[in-house]
Amino acid sequence: MSLPGSAVAAAVRPDSIAEVVDVLRHTRPASVLPRGAGTKLDWGAVGAPIEVDLDLRGLAGIVEYNPGDLVVRAMAGTPLDVVQADLAEHGQFLALDPPEAGATLGGIVAAGASGPRRHRYGTARDLLIGVAAVLADGTVARAGGKVVKNVAGYDLMKIYTGSFGTLGVIVETTWRLHPRPPDRRVVTFAGHDGALVRRLMHSALTPTAVEALGEALVVVFEGLTPAVRAQADAAARLGEGVVTTTVPAGFGVRPWLPDGIGLKIAYEITGLDVVLAALRRLPGTRVVGRVGVGVLEAGLPAIDRDQLDRLRAVVARVGGTVVVLAAPEETKRRLDVWGPVGDALPLMRRVKDQFDPEHRLAPGRFVGGI
Amino acid sequence: MTGELAAVIRDLRTAVGAQRVLTDPLQCRTYECDGLTHFRVSPAVVVLAECTDHVRATLRICSAHRVPYVARGSGTGLSGGALPVADGVLLVLSRMREIVELDIDNQRAVVEPGVINLSVTRAGASQGYFYAPDPSSQQVCSIGGNVAENSGGAHCLKYGFTTHHVTGAVVVLPDGSLVHLGGKVIESPGYDLLGAFVGSEGTLGVATEVTLRLVRQPEHIQTLLAGFRSVTDAAGTVSDIIAAGVLPAAVEMMDRLAIEAAEAATHCGYPPGADSILVVEVDGSAAEVAAHFADVRRIADARGAFEIRVAADDAERALIWKGRKSAFAAVGRISPNYLVQDGVIPRTALPDVLREIGRISADCGVRVANVFHAGDGNLHPLVLYDDAVAGETDRAMEANGRILDLCIAYGGSVTGEHGVGADKVAYMGRQFTPEDLDTMQRVRCAFDPAGVSNPGKVFPTPRLCGEAPGARSGVHPLQEAGLAAVF
Repeated sequence: MSLPGSAVAAAVRPDSIAEVVDVLRHTRPASVLPRGAGTKLDWGAVGAPIEVDLDLRGLAGIVEYNPGDLVVRAMAGTPLDVVQADLAEHGQFLALDPPEAGATLGGIVAAGASGPRRHRYGTARDLLIGVAAVLADGTVARAGGKVVKNVAGYDLMKIYTGSFGTLGVIVETTWRLHPRPPDRRVVTFAGHDGALVRRLMHSALTPTAVEALGEALVVVFEGLTPAVRAQADAAARLGEGVVTTTVPAGFGVRPWLPDGIGLKIAYEITGLDVVLAALRRLPGTRVVGRVGVGVLEAGLPAIDRDQLDRLRAVVARVGGTVVVLAAPEETKRRLDVWGPVGDALPLMRRVKDQFDPEHRLAPGRFVGGI
Repeated sequence: MTGELAAVIRDLRTAVGAQRVLTDPLQCRTYECDGLTHFRVSPAVVVLAECTDHVRATLRICSAHRVPYVARGSGTGLSGGALPVADGVLLVLSRMREIVELDIDNQRAVVEPGVINLSVTRAGASQGYFYAPDPSSQQVCSIGGNVAENSGGAHCLKYGFTTHHVTGAVVVLPDGSLVHLGGKVIESPGYDLLGAFVGSEGTLGVATEVTLRLVRQPEHIQTLLAGFRSVTDAAGTVSDIIAAGVLPAAVEMMDRLAIEAAEAATHCGYPPGADSILVVEVDGSAAEVAAHFADVRRIADARGAFEIRVAADDAERALIWKGRKSAFAAVGRISPNYLVQDGVIPRTALPDVLREIGRISADCGVRVANVFHAGDGNLHPLVLYDDAVAGETDRAMEANGRILDLCIAYGGSVTGEHGVGADKVAYMGRQFTPEDLDTMQRVRCAFDPAGVSNPGKVFPTPRLCGEAPGARSGVHPLQEAGLAAVF
């Protein structure tokens, strides 16, 4: 896996939090890229050259898991699928389903990665109840804890989520868990539009995913057998839905190719048709996304600055934003990958300055050159 | 009065109008405390803001003169988060109480900070929507205060806290500048500063407009009340419900003393002779509710519930909840004074912790009534005492402090929903390391470098170290103080 910004002077793989502290202290002021399995290193802006590739996969394993508390604490380098396997033995799961195989907990938090179950359970932001991070100066700092309900101190879990490694090196994470649903029904509609989504959203149905998949709409119900059966039948009647027990191929998978363009578009829920119409004007576009919460992902072979600007203008009319998540490096250098951030950007810079005054953590990868 | 303060008053009168600036000590005393009535400080100046411009002007003037300010909503907070600073400004937001927009199609409501929590639910009700966070004070508490405290409520077990239901805020920073965090969309590029702002207890700025998620009303709700002969059986029932894979909307528990108080105050008709009761509410689709509710009944039976009562309709459900939601106020009827705490423990530690609270109560010679959100391990022990009896206040304080230490020892938290405020500042150093607290304050420094926004709250200062959390007296302060702030 090549790192953004090219040349790497040193690759290090610490095995403990203490070693992470040592690395950060002894390499000052070298630039550092904290990373897990590297499944999303091509997300975000290209950034400045990296001098230390800080591989956190050595910080692995579940630290504490008491099933009765529906909480698990695990090192940040632990792959999500490894954690899920342990939780499944106790009929529980961490309600995050980003599609990148092998992705680590820390990487998922840092990239704010999520999948179809976001519709019901939210993202890492909503499920992360405690965190430990090592700051650029080697300070080890925790926030939150291991109880779900907790308002003591600032909620730093929120600002680490989606911070792309620019505030601190996430070394340990504590999560709220859910009971694993015993059964599932999947309702697939061949075509969809805002009206169908609207009927679904304003019904009393409680799907765990409402997912656009190309031209299809896939609605997933998970829970007790009689409940999901009844709900799926009711949902199918909202249009011409077909009920099955398995999700179709490509469900929840990012819609872009390895060297293609991957966009993430957030918009007001009712803006779906406007966003889809704009995307359809771009040739070769494939769409996947969480239409019940107003987040779409689009994959396309290429995009130029004008096309991106026009798309952003349309999406802004429905309150939204377009981020170029994945793209070849040379394409990213030509585009404003994050787009307009709004009037809070100076405040974000001040937060960055407080956490990482030397700007050594993942420099240039985040919004506004942070 | 300091020269700085005189200049602030002069500037405020010019900026927001003299009629919105109170300096008469009698008028200012109305705001001397929030729901934590034991802590009282009369502010030097009160500003009654009516719009974002008034808030901006007030903060700009405070920052320019380095005079601290404290923002306040309905004043129902239970941790002294809205406790004024004597030589500072108290900024009242209760007059900003307009529901700016109800956007049902996008499942959002845009409201001013003084809007009452329950008003949002009422506004969406006819179209099948509600606002999920439901603190017991929801009839009087304001959305701005909820955002500051990240308020919870009985139903947050399933639906989450305020932080899960706020998607946007217009925030005036302490220097008077304005930032737009989030909006109706679920995410925006950049740091999730909205997530850091919610629950920051007024230390990062003042929200003048908040965008809330509205949630579709569940198709079906069932509520039961179960009486148990022992607290251990009730606590075991809670563990078994969770182990069975059921996620109820709410699981609430009260012990004998709390039941006695609720009965005296509200005649809620809880099972006579119960050592503890559970209120369990399950919601969702009809089939889901039927199955899960049957599980809950079976588990409660197996754990020896001697009476199980199922609410037949909304009126019966309301009666079951009435006893629970008025429990704090009710305790005022059976004790001249009481302390309320808000510690959290891992759910599975519940039986052990309740036993230890019993021991602490016996050691200190004060009664402790337990009312709590059992589903998420959020305790509300009420330490009862009489300050007219020599030494009893000290013993109550000691019991209170030992209960908080117990929560920390079990890996929990000193506060689940009431906030740290002024009350639990001294305990933050026991739950977090100096490095943890210093890191949190890096966020503070980014938002409020001058340190004028609600100083002395959340983070311990040497001056407050070792002080025990506060006491209060009489009826619940919602009745005593909170309502005074609802215009």
